Amino acid sequence: MTLTMSWLEIALRAVAVLAAFLSLPLLVGQTEHKLMAHMQGRLGPMYAGGYHGWAQLVADGAKFVQKEDVLPARADRRLYRLAPAIALIPYLVALALVPIHPGVAVIDVPASVVLFVVATGVGALGLLVAGWASANKYALIGALRAAAHLVAYELPIVLSIASVALAGGSLSLLTLTQRWQPHWLLWQLPGACVFLIAALAELQRPPFDAPVADAELVMGPWTEYGGLRFAFFLLAEYAGIVVLSLLFAALWLGGWHGPFSDQVGWVWTLLKGYAVAVVIIWVRVAWPRVRADQLQRLAWLVLVPLALAQLALTGVGVVMGW
Amino acid sequence: MSGARKRGRAPGILPGLVHGLVTTARTALRPSHTAEYPDVAPTLPPRSRGVIALLEENCTSCMLCARECPDWCIVIESHKETIPATTPGGRDRQRNVLDTFTIDFGLCMYCGICIEACPFDALFWSPQFEYAEYDLRDLLHDKERLRGWMPTVPPPPALDERSAPPAEVAAANRPARPAAGAAAGAGAGAPGRAGGAARPARGDGAERPVRGSGAERPVRPVRAPRARREEDS
Ligand code: SF4
Ligand code: SF4
Repeated sequence: MTLTMSWLEIALRAVAVLAAFLSLPLLVGQTEHKLMAHMQGRLGPMYAGGYHGWAQLVADGAKFVQKEDVLPARADRRLYRLAPAIALIPYLVALALVPIHPGVAVIDVPASVVLFVVATGVGALGLLVAGWASANKYALIGALRAAAHLVAYELPIVLSIASVALAGGSLSLLTLTQRWQPHWLLWQLPGACVFLIAALAELQRPPFDAPVADAELVMGPWTEYGGLRFAFFLLAEYAGIVVLSLLFAALWLGGWHGPFSDQVGWVWTLLKGYAVAVVIIWVRVAWPRVRADQLQRLAWLVLVPLALAQLALTGVGVVMGW
Repeated sequence: MSGARKRGRAPGILPGLVHGLVTTARTALRPSHTAEYPDVAPTLPPRSRGVIALLEENCTSCMLCARECPDWCIVIESHKETIPATTPGGRDRQRNVLDTFTIDFGLCMYCGICIEACPFDALFWSPQFEYAEYDLRDLLHDKERLRGWMPTVPPPPALDERSAPPAEVAAANRPARPAAGAAAGAGAGAPGRAGGAARPARGDGAERPVRGSGAERPVRPVRAPRARREEDS
């Protein structure tokens, strides 16, 4: 981002990213409603909006707005109110960083990779804050699990992204996507798998949803939340899916690379990201939840070594000039 | 994973995960099982028990249905009418005319005993089931309403292949009886029964001979027979 950018352009970009932030998660959510339903032999929402229930999530939003704003008596009021914002806003920042079109990301800073990793890490902190502030044992247990999650899975994410950064020789997401080549698909495959699994865990999505395991922890850190605040948490979860899917598409699937990428590069990015989101939904439907200890085991004994091996492989590749 | 395989249990984690993905994907590609009921009417099997329809012309107010109903949810009231003799010197005949025929579907348990019990084919199952009400009292269906269900009664299902012909058809196809039987047969084509030569033939519904048991008993509201039955048992 250059300093010569006019205020108008800044405003336009902000509005664009906000619009994407409010619409893409709904798209993913609706896809989840429908895909999950059909995978279970159901139809899913059919009424809201008339045509195949397309407006179901809008209706849900309207419902959430009307709900009572409940504050637990012993809650830490300020933190309790702040937590949804902590969960939500970092993903907004992260979304702005994702390269969409050749040479276009809403925010283009030199070390956007670092900023991205930090932003998504802070987003996961929202759950921790929520669990602590709720003064509820289920919320607290959920928050502790979320913290353990965060510690375990942040490392594989960072390592796998580092591998791509090493391969592309840059810390800018735009440059990395620019330098992406088809043979990275194979070369970076282990790192891609590690990132996808770790991203699922970071988002607390099934099968790694132990922190919010509704059968044991009511709703984990979200237990005490309702109404609009809960809706914000849900929005954060789906925005997280959008952001990480788009990042996966950009770094490992080549983002805008594809036929006519000069004109329709952004379509390619969105399509690839959408495909990744569908996989994330699919995995949720198909697989059972992983126990908390299995989850740690997977992170430390499989993902971290795999990510390190990938890093070594990338290093060798860069030295050999692949 | 390999340990599990050695013990001969589940095939292991990875095939299991793949299997899960394949199963869900296959289900997603098939048509779903959801019945969109209020929008799409369900296809019900022919013998569905939805509501009971009454064909009033066939009913003789014999009260058999009301007496057999385990819930006592049928209420019948009727009065007698005298039909003057058609031939000079003949005997006047009496017939029962239905005043009330009410089924309380708030009580009915859809056992179908009334329909089985009716000797005159006056009650039928209809597959119609959409008659829920906001007020319990509206579940009392009077005879007009019961009559109204008649058009929804499906035709009886076809007989099984190679099954015996129905009794009526068998009777009609039987060769004519010897002269003694024909005299007792009231001249109505003599649909006689085996071994029943002395009894008057059953009428065809329109003008039915009054049956002994039904005519002798005074017609009374349905609660009366209950007391009698309890004495009997
Ligand atoms: S179906 Fe059974 S319960 Fe209902 S009216 Fe007939 S005999 Fe009574
Ligand atoms: S058994 Fe049949 S004929 Fe007799 S009263 Fe009931 S419906 Fe009428």
